[in-house]
Amino acid sequence: MSKPYYDAADLRKFGKITEWSEELGTKFFDYYAKVFEEGALTAREKSLIALAVAHTEQCPYCIDAYTKDTLQRGITKEQMMEAIHVGAAIKSGATLVHGVQMMNKVNKLDG
Amino acid sequence: MATKSLKKLGNDLAQSNKQIEILSNGIFKSGELPTFKDKISETSQFPIKAKKLEILQINVGYMCNQVCDHCHVDAGPDRKEIMTRDTMRQCLEVIKNSGAHTLDLTGGAPEMNPDFRWFVEEAAKVGIKDFIVRSNLTIIRANKKYYDLPEFFKKHNVHVVSSMPHWTRGKTDKQRGDGVFDKSIKALQELNAVGYGMPGSDLKLDLVYNPSGAFLPGDQVAMEKDFKKALMDDFGIEFHNLFAITNLPIARFLDYLIASENYEDYMYSLVEAYNPAAVENVMCTNTLSISWDGYLFDCDFNQMLELPVNSKSRHISEFNEELLEGRNIVISQHCYGCTAGAGSSCQGVVA
Ligand code: SF4
Ligand code: SF4
Repeated sequence: MSKPYYDAADLRKFGKITEWSEELGTKFFDYYAKVFEEGALTAREKSLIALAVAHTEQCPYCIDAYTKDTLQRGITKEQMMEAIHVGAAIKSGATLVHGVQMMNKVNKLDG
Repeated sequence: MATKSLKKLGNDLAQSNKQIEILSNGIFKSGELPTFKDKISETSQFPIKAKKLEILQINVGYMCNQVCDHCHVDAGPDRKEIMTRDTMRQCLEVIKNSGAHTLDLTGGAPEMNPDFRWFVEEAAKVGIKDFIVRSNLTIIRANKKYYDLPEFFKKHNVHVVSSMPHWTRGKTDKQRGDGVFDKSIKALQELNAVGYGMPGSDLKLDLVYNPSGAFLPGDQVAMEKDFKKALMDDFGIEFHNLFAITNLPIARFLDYLIASENYEDYMYSLVEAYNPAAVENVMCTNTLSISWDGYLFDCDFNQMLELPVNSKSRHISEFNEELLEGRNIVISQHCYGCTAGAGSSCQGVVA
């Protein structure tokens, strides 16, 4: 069987992206670290947002990383699942709200 | 949830040499883990040297009323190792004559040692500044003979440090057994009722949090805030400080990591979170751990791995503070647990 596209161990190599473009890679990681610092939002809130977005983006690396991060912050599995539902609701809402565009178009073409 | 110790189950990991073998050789699919020795050598911090002795941690036995999944002692009701009154007498001599200002009683459940109260009474007379008993809380509710422990602790001005895995029932019971959360809450309320943990009270009550699974503890300050709010809102409980402690890959926690296929990732997490600033203050630098049979170790973890102190003074009967000071600390891969992130010790973060 061929290897899967995603390998959990690759997450540990994420930092290596700076090797092929040090300046941009470093800028990205500096920015990333800054974003997740305690600010107007707590680091805990940011971690939950990241977990939800990891799901809507369907990134397995981010899902692993932020599942661990939220656990480390003492966040319960019920809170984690609720955050994912928020992401899911926005994602499905974003799909459905385009239904209005479809309706508008139908009305225009076939009204 | 475990019901028996690894020792009772005849599990290979009950043997310290098997644990050290796994820790030293690794079982890694991808890459190699740097040795702790190499890692601390990068910043010229090898060897770690013992400073002046400040804390004597005495393990009065491995018997416990609980069998927690993550226990680094592999403690449980089936463990029979228990400190005798004779060894306690030798400890008292050392306490009197050493420069240590803190006495830290641990186990197992230290209260289950039949001479526990005698020892506390005698030790309290010696004039130690901080006298800690590490209580698992449920022992206070385990049976009638322990119901008066809060009063007993108060009488001898004992500093109570208790483990509390989480402020939710589910997480606590998963790690420590069904019903542990409710009993712990009751015990905390009883400690509060005699004055422990109240704002401004001299009766110190601190909690210890360690993660329920294969991840590192979060920020101690943030966790303390969450614990305080939840325990107050839900149960009206007060306490002083929360210490966040990293689980070290030893005994039952090591067994769990391997069985759940988390060992490799966990070790990497520890190495990735390695913080050279934490090395300076790892607890072995100012602490000595004394086993139930009187042997001396750099810490409770080395005790469990049967790695004795690197000194001619190896037993409480031949205790020599001068010989012990400046000794090289015995290290292995488990030490990564003390130097990850903000560091971890019996008193919480160190960096
Ligand atoms: S972790 Fe503490 S309470 Fe749990 S079994 Fe070990 S010694 Fe007992
Ligand atoms: S495990 Fe023990 S010897 Fe190793 S760093 Fe921690 S306290 Fe020191």
